This record gives sequence, C-alpha cells and structure tokens, in this order.
Amino acid sequence: MTDSRDEPLVLGIETSCDETGVGIVRGTTLLADAVASSVDEHARFGGVVPEVASRAHLEAMVPTIDRALKEAGVSARDLDGIAVTAGPGLAGALLVGVSAAKAYAYALGKPLYGVNHLASHICVDQLEHGALPEPTMALLVSGGHSSLLLSTDITSDVRPMGATIDDAAGEAFDKIARVLNLGFPGGPVIDRYAREGDPDAIAFPRGLTGPRDPAYDFSFSGLKTAVARWIEAKRAAGEEVPVRDVAASFQEAVVDVLTRKAVRACKDEGVDHLMIGGGVAANSRLRALAQERCEAAGIRLRVPRPKLCTDNGAMVAALGAEMVARNRAASSWDLSADSSLPVTEPHVPGHQHDHDHVHEISKENLYS
Amino acid sequence: MLLLALDTATPAVTVALHDGRDVIASSSQVDARRHGELLLPAIDRVLAEAGLSLDAVTGVVAGIGPGPYTGLRVGLMTAETFGLALGVPVHGVCTLDGLAYAADLQDPFVVATDARRKEVYWARYADSRTRVTDPAVDRPADIAEQVAGLPAVGAGALLYPDAFPQAHEPEHVSAAALARLAAERLAAGEELPAPRPLYLRRPDAQVPKNYKVVTPK
Ligand SMILES: [Zn+2]
Repeated sequence: MTDSRDEPLVLGIETSCDETGVGIVRGTTLLADAVASSVDEHARFGGVVPEVASRAHLEAMVPTIDRALKEAGVSARDLDGIAVTAGPGLAGALLVGVSAAKAYAYALGKPLYGVNHLASHICVDQLEHGALPEPTMALLVSGGHSSLLLSTDITSDVRPMGATIDDAAGEAFDKIARVLNLGFPGGPVIDRYAREGDPDAIAFPRGLTGPRDPAYDFSFSGLKTAVARWIEAKRAAGEEVPVRDVAASFQEAVVDVLTRKAVRACKDEGVDHLMIGGGVAANSRLRALAQERCEAAGIRLRVPRPKLCTDNGAMVAALGAEMVARNRAASSWDLSADSSLPVTEPHVPGHQHDHDHVHEISKENLYS
Repeated sequence: MLLLALDTATPAVTVALHDGRDVIASSSQVDARRHGELLLPAIDRVLAEAGLSLDAVTGVVAGIGPGPYTGLRVGLMTAETFGLALGVPVHGVCTLDGLAYAADLQDPFVVATDARRKEVYWARYADSRTRVTDPAVDRPADIAEQVAGLPAVGAGALLYPDAFPQAHEPEHVSAAALARLAAERLAAGEELPAPRPLYLRRPDAQVPKNYKVVTPK
C-alpha cells in the first residue's frame, strides 16, 4: 500500500448542465462533493434552460468552492491540480466553470486539467469501488447522454461502442413525466410510480432491437411517441390513465434495451466489468435488472451511489487525479469550453486543439 | 496598491494593471467569440510586461456590463475567483461608465454598446464621470428622442447612426479607463458595487405549452 498522502490532491469543477459541482479527491479517495443545483429554477420550464443554468453557475461557484474546501478540510495551497469539465455540455454553462478553474489554477500556481465529462462519469467509480478494471465497459445514461463506452485507460483511451441516435434516456423520462403531469425531472417520479405498477401491462416498443439494427446504439424517440400516443388515446376515450402501469411499462422498455445491449457489448468484447453512471443510474429498476443480467452472464457490475452518478465535481476531480497520477500533460491557459468535445478525448492537453470548433458556434447562439 | 482591471462585456477582451498612480501595463483584443480563450493569456502577458506576478495584486476591478452574457460572465467569474484565491477585494464598475470615462467629455452625452438583437445597452451622462440614468436596453428607434442632439460614444452608437448621428470613438471599453476610474473612486473613498452582472434582460426561456407542468413535492 502506498501512503495516501502521496496520492494527488485535486479539486474538480463541473458546470456542464444545471449542477454547479466542486469536488475534492486524494487519489481514489473522496474528500468532498459539494453541489449546488439550479434544477428548481428549470422545473417550471420542463427542461434545463441554458441561460438560467449559466446565471446560476456564476452565483454558486465561489460559495461551492468554499464549501468543498471546508468539507475536505484541506487548504487550497496544498492542491496538486485543478480539473474542470471542458466538454461536452452546454457551451455557456461550461464556460463559467472553465473560467473559474483557469483563474483558480493560475492564482494558486497549480496545473490545470480540462477533462471530458463522459470520461469523468466513468472515473468517478474509482471513488466507490477502487481502481477501474482495465478494460471497463461503461453505460452512461442521463438527461444529456446515453452512451456505451469501452475504456482500457480512462486518461487516454475511451472508445464509443454505441450511443443514442435521437433522445437521451433521461429526456424520455422527462417527456413521459410531463405527459403524465408528474413534473420535472421525470426520472425519480417515474421510478416511484413504477414500483406500484405492472411492467408487463402495456407492450411498449423496444427501439433498435431488430436483427439488422446497430447492436449497441439506442433510440428512445419512438418509445416516447408511442407512450404519449397511448396516453392521449386513453384520454380521448374518456378513460382514466393507469399512471402506475404506464410508468412501469415505459421504464421497463427503457431499462430492458439499455441492459440488454450493455451485457451484449461486454460479451462481444470479452469484458467482464460493467459500470453504469449518469443520473438514470439512480433508477432502481435499471440497477436491479442490470444486476440480474450481469450475474447471469458472469459480469461484475459496478454502480456508484446515486449522488456520484448524477453530475458532480468529485467525478471531475477523480479524473483529474488520474491525469496527475499518470503524468498526463496539463491544459494551457487558453483552454476553451467545447460543447461537443468528442468522447475519444478524455482530456484537453495544452496546444493540441486539432478538431473543428466552428460547430460549437453554429449550433448554439454562444454569445447572445 | 496594485489593481488588476478587466472587462469582457463588449467585443473587447481588455486587461490593465494600475499601481495607484497610473496604468503600468494593458492589453486589448477585439474578438467577440473568444473571451474564454483570450482573457487568461492576456492577464498573464500584462503581468509579465509589468514584471509582476498575480500575488502582487491588491484588488481586482471587473466590468459588470451590461453586455452579452456569455462573454460578460467570463470576466466576472475570473475576477471573483481571483478574489477568492488571493484574498483580495473584487470591485465592480459599470462597463458603460468605463466607456464614458475614456470619452473624456465635459458636457452631456450618451454611451451605447451593442446589445445584439437590434438593441443597445445605453445610459446618459452629464459628463465623463457622472451617469444620470440607469443602464437600460432598448431599440435605438425607441430612444431616439431621449438622445436627440447629444454626442454619443460606443459601438452601439456607431452601429445606429439614425438614432445617434453624432456618434464617435471610443468604440469599446478599455480596462485602462476602467482601472483609472476605479482608482479615482477608491481614492475618493467611494464604495464600488459588488461584481454582479448587469443582465437587464430576463433569460430567454420557452415554457412548454402542451402540458401543464406540476413540480413534484
Ligand atoms: Zn453528465
């Protein structure tokens, strides 16, 4: 055993969506996980409003850094590095975190590590279950992403196996919750109703599971529409909508496809570890079905506790610490926020921005 | 005393150091889309030019806008985080006041910057040091009467000659002017505002219309 004091002490900042997260880790040990969420401000809009999120990040950043330092009981001077989510995510929101991280690292004289949000979601599991097995298959599911990734080294090699071709799984939960008048975000409330419903009550479609469909890609748009139509037909007929059965049957359709494809990818690639991360990993049925199917296939399932699955700063710090431990190059002071940072780039080393940034500006009105 | 001043509320990314007597180093780059990339290297450059390190800074001055939000937040977040890390005060200065100060006029005039969407951020001044209206955001045609006959400075005035026929330089704010104004006000014992952004507009947000949304308890 090495002395944990020798392991890198890293502060991580996450602002890719609506959570302002600041975490502190020492190697694979979690010391602090401070999160300020603007989710309540988005609730009445039924989804995350980028400008509302960006404003909230600016307000929350300094108090959240303070809170994390107190929680960890460390001094900023003792940090070995500052990590920050450089992308992917909402451009304006990312930029607030990147600006804070750069200023903090510069003022403290510490190296800066711009890291990938998706790789961070995988790496966070080190804080729960120790060093990541290499290789690891990862299923990331949230309101923003639905990806199946294979990593042999979380600091340098993350390969996309499959991803959603339309909506993220979490978005489907939000949409169905809205159709059922259950509010936002949809995940927890659907999970709650589904526990009292029959998952086999209604046979909703399983997207992209035909023999000719891509093996590891997902599609939730068709399911979303099918569920909404089913509910509207009931309402049009003047019948009561069986909310619990709809929630359970919809949820079953989502987690059935997710776990089936994840287990298949593990088998095909000969990988015996599956980690599940992202906000939807908090779903109780997803956890149960994944456990059942992994056991049957001889795969070890690793799912961090729910608070580490949703967006947080600890996951960014965890990946930053790994960057330090493996001597990866730090980022430069002109590090930019990249709303579509490819998953294949676990971090953004200094002066190697070689992919196209024009898309970022065209996709979203960045400076309005 | 060493003030680090910065402003990212206009297309200019501008940084200056003020030692209590005058500006000792400064940098201004105009690139409306790259505030995030340009600001920290500019600060690093200005400090190097002055032969100083950030530790020597005793206070930070940040333009609080009004200005396009994404760029504005880069400067404010940077200033506020410096304040946290260095344990020094962070002062806000209205970006329009910085432009007014740089205009160096003794008679009434208007400052207007580009607010995009065919609008300007603007305020009226009695002279370069005295603002007489709160910063506002409006369509140039809607305020033409209120600014009629007055000289005007800023990119917003230069952009809309129909409303601002007497528009002239400076076009963008400079941190050097911001620093001089802040130093003058601090020396006079004035309290400067907190570094909170002047947005002036509510966030754009579409409430989905199809379904009534209820927040779960
Ligand atoms: Zn995420």
